[in-house]
Amino acid sequence: METNDAKYELRLYVAGKTAKSVTALSNLKRYCEEHLKGQYVIEVVDLLIKPQLAEGDQIFAIPTLVRKVPEPIRKIIGDLSDEEKVLVGLDIRPVIKN
Amino acid sequence: MSKEIKKGSNQTHVTQLPKTRTGIDGLDELTAGGIPAGRPTLICGEAGCGKTLFAIEFIVRGALIYNEPGVFMAFEEKAEELSANVASLGFDLDELQKKKLIKIDYVHIDRTEIEETGEYDLEGLFIRISHAIDSVGAKRIVLDTVENLFAGLSNQAILRAELRRLFQWLKSKGVTAVITGERGDGPALTRQGLEEYVSDCVILLDHRVTDQISTRRLRVIKYRGSVHGTNEYPFMIDEDGISVLPVTALKLNKNASPERVSSGIPALDRMLGGKGFYRGSSILVSGTAGTGKTSIAACFARETCRTGERCLYFAFEESPNQIVRNMKSIDMDLQKFVDKSLLKFHASRPSLYGLEQHLVAMHKMIKQFKPKVVIFDPITNLITVGSVRDVKSMLTRLIDFLLDEQITVMFTALSLNTIVSEQTDEGVSSLVDTWIMVRDIEFNGERNRGLYIMKSRGMNHSNQVREFVITDKGIDLVDVYLGPQGVLTGSAREAQKLQELTDSVLRKNALTMKDRELYRKRQVLESRIAGLRSEFESVEDELNKIYTEEELVKKVTDENRLEILKKRRGE
Repeated sequence: METNDAKYELRLYVAGKTAKSVTALSNLKRYCEEHLKGQYVIEVVDLLIKPQLAEGDQIFAIPTLVRKVPEPIRKIIGDLSDEEKVLVGLDIRPVIKN
Repeated sequence: MSKEIKKGSNQTHVTQLPKTRTGIDGLDELTAGGIPAGRPTLICGEAGCGKTLFAIEFIVRGALIYNEPGVFMAFEEKAEELSANVASLGFDLDELQKKKLIKIDYVHIDRTEIEETGEYDLEGLFIRISHAIDSVGAKRIVLDTVENLFAGLSNQAILRAELRRLFQWLKSKGVTAVITGERGDGPALTRQGLEEYVSDCVILLDHRVTDQISTRRLRVIKYRGSVHGTNEYPFMIDEDGISVLPVTALKLNKNASPERVSSGIPALDRMLGGKGFYRGSSILVSGTAGTGKTSIAACFARETCRTGERCLYFAFEESPNQIVRNMKSIDMDLQKFVDKSLLKFHASRPSLYGLEQHLVAMHKMIKQFKPKVVIFDPITNLITVGSVRDVKSMLTRLIDFLLDEQITVMFTALSLNTIVSEQTDEGVSSLVDTWIMVRDIEFNGERNRGLYIMKSRGMNHSNQVREFVITDKGIDLVDVYLGPQGVLTGSAREAQKLQELTDSVLRKNALTMKDRELYRKRQVLESRIAGLRSEFESVEDELNKIYTEEELVKKVTDENRLEILKKRRGE
């Protein structure tokens, strides 16, 4: 890990650069920047390149976001278009916007 | 594609649907070669009907017998659980995985861990399957049970679209897929209507409990582009996996052997055209309780063993020891054949398991022991575990199988009613070649056994009732006594014989008396003749005397006259 103090290790599984994957990644980046600035790592796994990784994290839907750290592992599938659901799913307390 | 399939398609000149052999006992016969190759097949049924086992067997047999590696996508059980579950069947999944013959991938779906937001697809699953297929070069794949996706994901519209895509994709991959689906409530075959997507071949497994005895059944509901058996076929799961038992011979084209085998009772052989049964024929011995059916069967068994052939004896009533002991009482030593392993008993209570399990167990034993004669004593007991129809269907298949193997089979059947025309004997009587009836003849305060042959195909058999006697020397048949008072048996027959003896002595006595009278009469006659003769002689004497006197008188007179004449002339 590049940043040892990263509180959140996120992994996004995609299969090629599909519209859904691109949307998901941009959504995720936006949420993280907004709510987890400086304490997250995002790893994007393209299963078309590394199909063997799908089994380990029990991936069957694409795109899937996996919260590896902190435990327990959480999964969110879909293009992450619903911000509230994503935050609840990742158990992130939203930064209250003024 | 395996060689078998190519062979199969060569035999039928019209291009047929290529098929993949499942390796499951009996199913490939039923479907004329297996399930459609390169297409998905749906296996559906209720919980616990054997879907997963079916799927596992498909994969394992494919890998072991047909050299077709397979992928098992498990949506329900973990790989370790699967391995443990099928270890009892002798399938070592771990070993097969190590050898890269199979690949098990457990797809864990837990709704609580998953949040859905927005659009997604199942490309991840596709990639996993694709990867698994590539890793072993799979020709077969199982999805067990893909419906679990519905439990884990809420967006049904996406799921349905993706499943349709999945099955299309599998087809395009050219792998033969088996998809299992659990049967839900209502008329649909599976909870999520998988049969909509898998339309090539649908097999329904069923597990019914009737009268506390479970029977598993299998039915091919649909098989596009192929003929298939449409019936429900019982199947069983035992230590060798699944065995389906189709009626092996849909056609009646068996070999008929002209060879004859002795029944072990010379008199019975004489009744059967003098030579006994045909080899490979089926014989039914039916009769009421205590008429000696088992004795006849044991006699046949002994005769078979005596000629050095093997005999398998299925006993549903008595234990082997009981039979051996009881037969000893009529001078039949079966133990020595058991010791020589020419005779094998298999005793089990009919209610031990369902009919099809009996059938499979019998099949197996017969295949292993390779007997020339098989005896079922009695088949009627099987009725306790199945309806008459079930029993008949089972026996039909059994007889078919035995005739195929040229095994002579003898059934004994207990008939409860004594009216012959009403007897069904589990309907087996129309199937068998020879039907021997043993019945009670109650007469004159005692019970005797009468034996006759109801039918015997293809031989000039006796139509006579014989008295069937069991003594401590064995079994024999005696001609019944046909006297002026009708058919007599037992002590009545003996009494009649004695009566006849008396009569003849008396008659003889009467004869001598008559002779003596005649003799006396003759004597009287003769003495009378003698009297008459002497009378006649005296009359004759009298007459002679008169003659002589007259002669004398005449002579004297003549002399006198001459004298007088002389004197007158004065000479």
